[in-house]
Amino acid sequence: MSKKIHVQTTINGEEIDFLCEPRNSLLEVLRDNLKLTGSKEGCNNGNCGACNVIMDGRLVNACCVLGVEAEGADITTIEGIAEPDCLHPVQQCFLEDAALQCGVCTPGFIVSAKALLDSNPDPSEYDIRYWFAGNLCRCTGYDKIVRAVQHAAERKRETADV
Amino acid sequence: MSSETSGSNGYKVIGTRPIRHDGVDKVIGRAVYGQDVSLPGMLHGAILRSPHAHATIKSIDTSEAEAHPGVKAIITARDLPALADQLSDLGENVVNLRDVSTNILAAGKALYHGHAIAAVAATTLNAAQEAVQKIKVEYEVQQPVLSVQDALAPDAPLLNPENKTKSLGEDTEEPSNIASYYQHKKGDIDKGFEDADVIFEREFDTATVHQGYIEPHNVVAQWNADESVIIWCSTQGSFTVQSQVADLLNMPVSRVRVIPTEIGGGFGGKVQVYIKPVAAVLSKHTGRPVRMVMDRHEVFQATGPAPGSNIKIKLGATNDGKLVAAYAYLAYEAGGFAGSVVGAAGTCVFACYDIPNVQIDGYDILCNKPKTSAYRAPGATNATFCTEAVIDEICEKLEIDPLEFRKRNGAKEGVSRADGPTYDRIGYIETLEAALAHEHYSAPLGDAPEGKARGRGVASGFWMNFAGQSAVNINVNGDGTVTLVEGSTDIGGTRASIAMQAAEVLHLEAEEVRPLVVDTEAIGFTEVTGGSRTTFATGLAAIEAAKDTLNKMKERAAKMLEVEADDIEYSNKVFSCKSNPEKKHTFQEVAEKTGQTGGPVVGSATTSPPSHGPAMATHIADVELDLETGKVDVIRYTAVQDVGKAIHPSYVEGQLQGGAAQGIGWALSEEYVYDDEGHLLNSSFLDYRMMTSLDLPMIDTVLVEVPAADHPYGVRGVGEVPIVPPPAAVANALYRAAGVRMEKLPMSPKNVLEAMGKI
Repeated sequence: MSKKIHVQTTINGEEIDFLCEPRNSLLEVLRDNLKLTGSKEGCNNGNCGACNVIMDGRLVNACCVLGVEAEGADITTIEGIAEPDCLHPVQQCFLEDAALQCGVCTPGFIVSAKALLDSNPDPSEYDIRYWFAGNLCRCTGYDKIVRAVQHAAERKRETADV
Repeated sequence: MSSETSGSNGYKVIGTRPIRHDGVDKVIGRAVYGQDVSLPGMLHGAILRSPHAHATIKSIDTSEAEAHPGVKAIITARDLPALADQLSDLGENVVNLRDVSTNILAAGKALYHGHAIAAVAATTLNAAQEAVQKIKVEYEVQQPVLSVQDALAPDAPLLNPENKTKSLGEDTEEPSNIASYYQHKKGDIDKGFEDADVIFEREFDTATVHQGYIEPHNVVAQWNADESVIIWCSTQGSFTVQSQVADLLNMPVSRVRVIPTEIGGGFGGKVQVYIKPVAAVLSKHTGRPVRMVMDRHEVFQATGPAPGSNIKIKLGATNDGKLVAAYAYLAYEAGGFAGSVVGAAGTCVFACYDIPNVQIDGYDILCNKPKTSAYRAPGATNATFCTEAVIDEICEKLEIDPLEFRKRNGAKEGVSRADGPTYDRIGYIETLEAALAHEHYSAPLGDAPEGKARGRGVASGFWMNFAGQSAVNINVNGDGTVTLVEGSTDIGGTRASIAMQAAEVLHLEAEEVRPLVVDTEAIGFTEVTGGSRTTFATGLAAIEAAKDTLNKMKERAAKMLEVEADDIEYSNKVFSCKSNPEKKHTFQEVAEKTGQTGGPVVGSATTSPPSHGPAMATHIADVELDLETGKVDVIRYTAVQDVGKAIHPSYVEGQLQGGAAQGIGWALSEEYVYDDEGHLLNSSFLDYRMMTSLDLPMIDTVLVEVPAADHPYGVRGVGEVPIVPPPAAVANALYRAAGVRMEKLPMSPKNVLEAMGKI
């Protein structure tokens, strides 16, 4: 067993420190060390997006980032998307539009969608489909997911206009 | 709108679109899936898998691995009880338990690349994986058999010299790679073809594909000192895990408790067990809980898949467009062990049509691939691809519109299939009429960009739908809500669809019925979430449990109102006296007072319905072919289906869309790629190409509602049939675009260019 490294980081607005082996991925750290199990492991090689988190403003696959790379970073996981008293518009629209079936890809899609809307408040259908090309869903055929993001974008814009 | 519904709705809850009960937990990352379960002192398991597709295992030396730091136990097939041949019905397919045992840990022979050889439990996953690498196995490699054609060759190597074909239900003597052969006959096939004016006979090959659920198989097992075991896992059926683990480990079912977690997709692939009994044995050997989670390579190499197949279809029709004869040769890969889904294929291959003379020959064939398992309408998609493509050729030859031809020949009430059953009321013709009337069918295709060509195709499909056993309890809560306790694991929204049926009976809001999926010790036997049975059969149990609850609540209301129970009527959450309507109590008031009127109110029901109305679908696909690269894109898609009665239309639409997307993947890009030695070359989501959001258009849905006779609301299972038509609809569209009939799946760029004679 390799010597563990001490890492200080910020996750969902809270300063956190943890110990991990140099080879452990950020996904393993989140799930096993920190018990933040909302990020899912679907492939462990960056193909499915179920472990998407936002790291220093960038959407990344947590399975492709090393835990030690979190040093000094600011990370948002699925557990940090909602406000304490209300869901993020993407989460609310996923519910209203029935954009999930089994739900295991859903955390990745929601984190990914938040990152999209943070950078592009009015995405076209093509923009959304292109953005989600790294997020696999096997249940929905994507139709309702795309619509949920369109609706969430509308809702966010309406709120911003007020 | 993406969809429309037809049919009247006299219901209050059914047909509405409430937010699913388990939704919030699933959008905030709080829902607990199998891989999220963690116990104190838990060990981690890993599996050594065969690098060879076909090899005799000469020896296994675990000594060096056992000495690896952190290793607590290593097991092989020797640590599993020796089992006799024993068939077990898993709900969607029948398996031999001895084969399941030999599949989860190989005994004597490795039968596919990735076949489990030995398992390690260690204090960390890293340690377990390192130890696996130190297990030394001596193999004698044999020539692999990688297709049904290879398996049937006269000099083919035998996977299992003990295998003798079961032919038409009888044992035979000659060792063979054919596990079984069956035949269905109806009418006089020879006379039928004599009467035909046009006859088309075609041969097709379809690739092995995978269910592709995003969540890998997982388990945490805890063996207890009293020789019982608790298993946390994601599964399509906690009771099927219970019975398989009990049988495989030779223990009574009552000593196996299965606690189902949320499940991240299954599609038929999470019925059969793989690592669950292995984790249980590792836990027994170490005295500690053991977690095992497959990685994606293991999922592709050793679970599922759906069989590849070699299929011949011969159809005869008269000049006036009537099908008179049909023949099918269905040869399906079983994988390393007997038991493909070729039986269901024989049921489905001509099920959409009323054909007087039919013969179907079905073969279950061993080959060096993973033991195949159910995948959404198992068996139907391969066979239907072929039938529907030949029908399209007949339509072209006779110059009859493909939907009109199907209407002329479509199965309806009273028609018998070659495999026996006679249809009750079904809605196939209605799906054809809805497709004909849909704007998509008459819309212009639009001009293809330069270098591309467009075409439109249609195809239909059938799935018989299973019924099966379910149990439901309903507890009345003091605040006037109820808790619905069920054993059906929820893959795609069945908590909602089942709770809504109980809510309809109880005149409650959907949100006032709180569904709870519980473990095998907390509810009566319930079969798998599969076969499109759950909303139908567990729904029936929910309806009956709700009626039971309501009857008990009427008695309590009568007690409170000091009248006889048969003087009580119930409407809009109010119990009132028929003789004096002023005397009344609300559901909530009666619920609050159950402590004073006789104690808690619990309704319950179990069901084992004798039948379940089948599902039929017709799809329309527009494709665009890149003439230079051979890449096919689906640019517009409409799925029409007889859904019986849509309980929650959004989730019914979702089933149609998701099934269509899987079917389009099967059509265009999904396949197991092997080298000549039988190594699976594409066991990752990067290389096994499922549809991404960028590959698909919006998928329109039309919910045709022809109520099924065997359910009070008319529910038909909806989940499976939508995967069936897409490969044929896409192939028929591609023919219109390129003038080439595809006789091979997938219709990948390489296969399309080959068919076009360009490479």
